[in-house]
Amino acid sequence: MIDYAWLTPLIPLAGTVINGIFGRRLPKFVAGPLACLTVLCSFALSLMVFLELNAMDEGRRLAVRSVFTWIESGTIKVDFAVLIDPLSAVMLLIVTGVGFLIHVYSLGYMGHDEGYTRYFSYLNLFMFSMLLLVSAGSFLLMFVGWELVGLCSYLLIGFWYEKKSAADAGKKAFVVNRVGDFGFLLGMLALFGVFGTLDFEKVFAAVRHDSLVSPWFADHAVPVHEALAVATPLLGLPLITVICLSLFLGATGKSAQIPLYVWLPDAMEGPTPVSALIHAATMVTAGVYMVARCGALFTASPDAMLVVAYVGALTAIFAASIGLAQNDIKRVLAYSTVSQLGYMFLACGVGAFAAGIFHLATHAFFKALLFMCAGSVMHAMSGELDMKKMGALAKTMKITAVTMWVGALTIAGIPPLSGFFSKDEILWSAYSAHLNGSETGKILYALGAAAAVMTAFYMFRLIFLTFHGKSRAAPGVHPHESPPSMTVPLVVLAALSVVAGCVGVPELLGRFPLSRWFFDFLAPVTGGGHGSAPAAHAGSGAEGAVMLVSVCAAAAGILAAYWVYNARPALHDRIRERLGPVHRLVFNKYYVDEIYTFLIVEPGKWLSSRLLWRVFDAGVIDGVVNGAGYLAQGAGAVLRRFQTGVVLNYALFFVLGIIVMLYLIL
Amino acid sequence: MNAVGLNSYLFLAFVLFLVGVMGVLTRRNALIIFMSVELMLNAVNLTLVAFARFLHSLDGQIFVFFVMTVAAAEVAVGLAIIIGIYRRSETVNVDEINLMKW
Repeated sequence: MIDYAWLTPLIPLAGTVINGIFGRRLPKFVAGPLACLTVLCSFALSLMVFLELNAMDEGRRLAVRSVFTWIESGTIKVDFAVLIDPLSAVMLLIVTGVGFLIHVYSLGYMGHDEGYTRYFSYLNLFMFSMLLLVSAGSFLLMFVGWELVGLCSYLLIGFWYEKKSAADAGKKAFVVNRVGDFGFLLGMLALFGVFGTLDFEKVFAAVRHDSLVSPWFADHAVPVHEALAVATPLLGLPLITVICLSLFLGATGKSAQIPLYVWLPDAMEGPTPVSALIHAATMVTAGVYMVARCGALFTASPDAMLVVAYVGALTAIFAASIGLAQNDIKRVLAYSTVSQLGYMFLACGVGAFAAGIFHLATHAFFKALLFMCAGSVMHAMSGELDMKKMGALAKTMKITAVTMWVGALTIAGIPPLSGFFSKDEILWSAYSAHLNGSETGKILYALGAAAAVMTAFYMFRLIFLTFHGKSRAAPGVHPHESPPSMTVPLVVLAALSVVAGCVGVPELLGRFPLSRWFFDFLAPVTGGGHGSAPAAHAGSGAEGAVMLVSVCAAAAGILAAYWVYNARPALHDRIRERLGPVHRLVFNKYYVDEIYTFLIVEPGKWLSSRLLWRVFDAGVIDGVVNGAGYLAQGAGAVLRRFQTGVVLNYALFFVLGIIVMLYLIL
Repeated sequence: MNAVGLNSYLFLAFVLFLVGVMGVLTRRNALIIFMSVELMLNAVNLTLVAFARFLHSLDGQIFVFFVMTVAAAEVAVGLAIIIGIYRRSETVNVDEINLMKW
C-alpha cells in the first residue's frame, strides 16, 4: 500500500473540490458525511501503510515514492514525492484518526450553521494540507503544506467573518505565522545552498555520512561538517546554528512558542472543532514534527538545541501561568496547548525527539478531547464561554463531564493515563540530559515540573468551575447533553487518552510486549538511544524520584484547585485580592499583546502610513505611474506640432526623409 | 546602335522625377499634384526599362507593367477621392484641406 500513500492527502482534496464547488446544491446529509468519508478513507489508507511499514525489517522502514517531477530547472529538481517512514506513518495516523473524529463531531456541532458546506470544504482542505505536510519528501513540498495549513487556519479562525474579532484573529494568526514562515524559508534556502537539494533523505544522508558537498561559498567540494561549521556574519555563529535557528523560528510561529505564540489564544474565535483539530491536535504540532524530522540537523548544533530546549521550557511555564487566571474556557485550553507544545520542544531540545513525538500523539488525543468537551459545554450553554457563568453541569451532562474528567486527569499527568507517561518521559529526558554544563538539564527539568503543577491546577480549576459547585448559569439557559454525533467521538478520544500511554512505558515500571514500542518504532528516524532507555540503568533511583515528583506535582495541583474552587468557594476571591497586582498581570497575559502592539504593530502602522504609504506609495509608485502619463502627454504636445494636417507638408517630410536616407546610404 | 548611352536615360529620368517632386511640393491643386505623382512614376518606369535594356534582362520590363497597373488603379482611387473631397468642400486646393490635423 505504500505505493499508494500519496493518495492519502489527495482524497480529502477531492472532498474539498466537491463541497467547495457543488456544496450549495448538495443536501446537508450528503455534504457533511461526504467530508467525513474522505477522511475515513485516508485513515484506512494510513492504517494500511502503517501496518505494511510495521511488517518490514526494522532497518528498512523507509520509502520515498515520487509521483511526478514537480520542478526541474538547471540543477534544481524537485519531485512531488512522499516520504513514508515511522515518523510520517505515526503522524499520518494521528492526523487522519483525530481528524476523522473531529469531522464526525462537527456534523453535530455545526449542524445548524449557515456555512455548513463551506466549513466542511475548509476542513477537508486542511486535512489535505496537513497530510501533505507530514508525508512530504522534501523541504519544499513540506513548505507548501506548511503554507497551506496556515491558509486553512486563517480561513477557519475567520470562519464567522462577519464578527470583527474573528476576522481580526484570523489576520493576526496569518501575519504572525508569516514571520515564522520567513525563518523557515531562509533556513530552507541556506540548506539548498549547501546541499544543492531539498530532499529530506539526501540532506540527512549527507549529514550522517559527512559526504562531500559544494556549498555556494566554497569553490570546491568540502565535507559537510566543514561546510556547516563556516562562521556566518550573524554574530559569527556557525552556519548550522543559523540554519537550525531559522527553521526553529518557523516552528515557533506554527507551533505557538515564545515569541510568536500570541496568535494561538486569539485563534479560539474559530468554531470549537477547529480549535480542537487545528489549534490543538494537529496543525500546531507541525513545528514539533519539523524539528523532529530535521533531528539530524539539530543534533549537529548543540547551541540551537539549547535554544529549542529553553524556549520550550520557558513557554511551558509562561503559558501555564497565564492559563491559571483566565475565565474563558477555550482560552484556558489554548494556553494549555501552548504550554504542552513547550514540553514537546523541551523534549526535542534535549535530543529526545521520540519523547516529543510521543507527547504530541497523546496530546493530540487528550487536547482534542478537552476542546470537544468544551465545545459540548458551549453547545449546552448556548455559546457561553465564561466559566464564571457555568457550574454544576455534571448533573445534566454526564458523558461530557466524565470524558472531560478523563481528559483533565490525563493532561495533569495522573498514572496510568497516557499523559503521565509522555510527560514523564520528557521530564526524565530533560533531567538526565547531558547538555553543556550538567546543571542545564536540571534547570529545564525544574521549569517543566513547575509547569506540571500549574497544568494540574488550571485544568481542575476549569473542571470545578464548570461541572461542580453551584450553577451560576444565566437565567433562561437550560443545559442539556449533546447529540450522539458529538458524544461518541468524546468517548472514543477518552478511551484513546487512557490507553495510548501503554506503548511508551518507562522500563522502570516493568517490561511487557509493546511497552517501549513507540520509541523502538521511531528509533530509526529520531536516532536510537534517546529517551529514558540509556540512562535507565545508570540512575533508576533518580528516574523513580522524577516519576514520584511528577505524580506529587499533579496531585498537589489538583488538590489545590479542589481546595480553592470547590471546598472553599469564597477562598479564591480572597486570594485574588491578596495577590492584587500579580493577578492583574497574569490575568492580562503579562500585557504581551499590548507590548507587541506598542513595539511592533504601532511602529509598523506608523511606518506603513507615514513612509510606505505617503512617501513610497504616493511618491514613488504613483509618481512612476503618473510620470509615465505625463511623459506621453508632453511628448505628444511637442510632436503634434508636426501634424499640420496639410498634405504638402507631409510630402515635404517624405522628400527630406528620403534625401537624408540617401545621404546616409551613399 | 547604342548611340544613346544608359546615362542619358538615367539623366532624363532624374529630371522627370525632380519635375514631379517639385510639382508635388509646390502646387496647390490636387489634380496637378496627382499628375506630378504620375510623372514621378513614369520617371521610375523609364529607369527600369533602361536598365532592362542595358542589362539584357526582362525583369525590369515586367516590373514596369506592374507599376503601370498599380498606377492605373491608383488613379482610379485617387480621382474618386478627389471628387469626394470636392463634393464635400467645393475645393481641390490642398492648403484648405487639413482634416488630418489633430
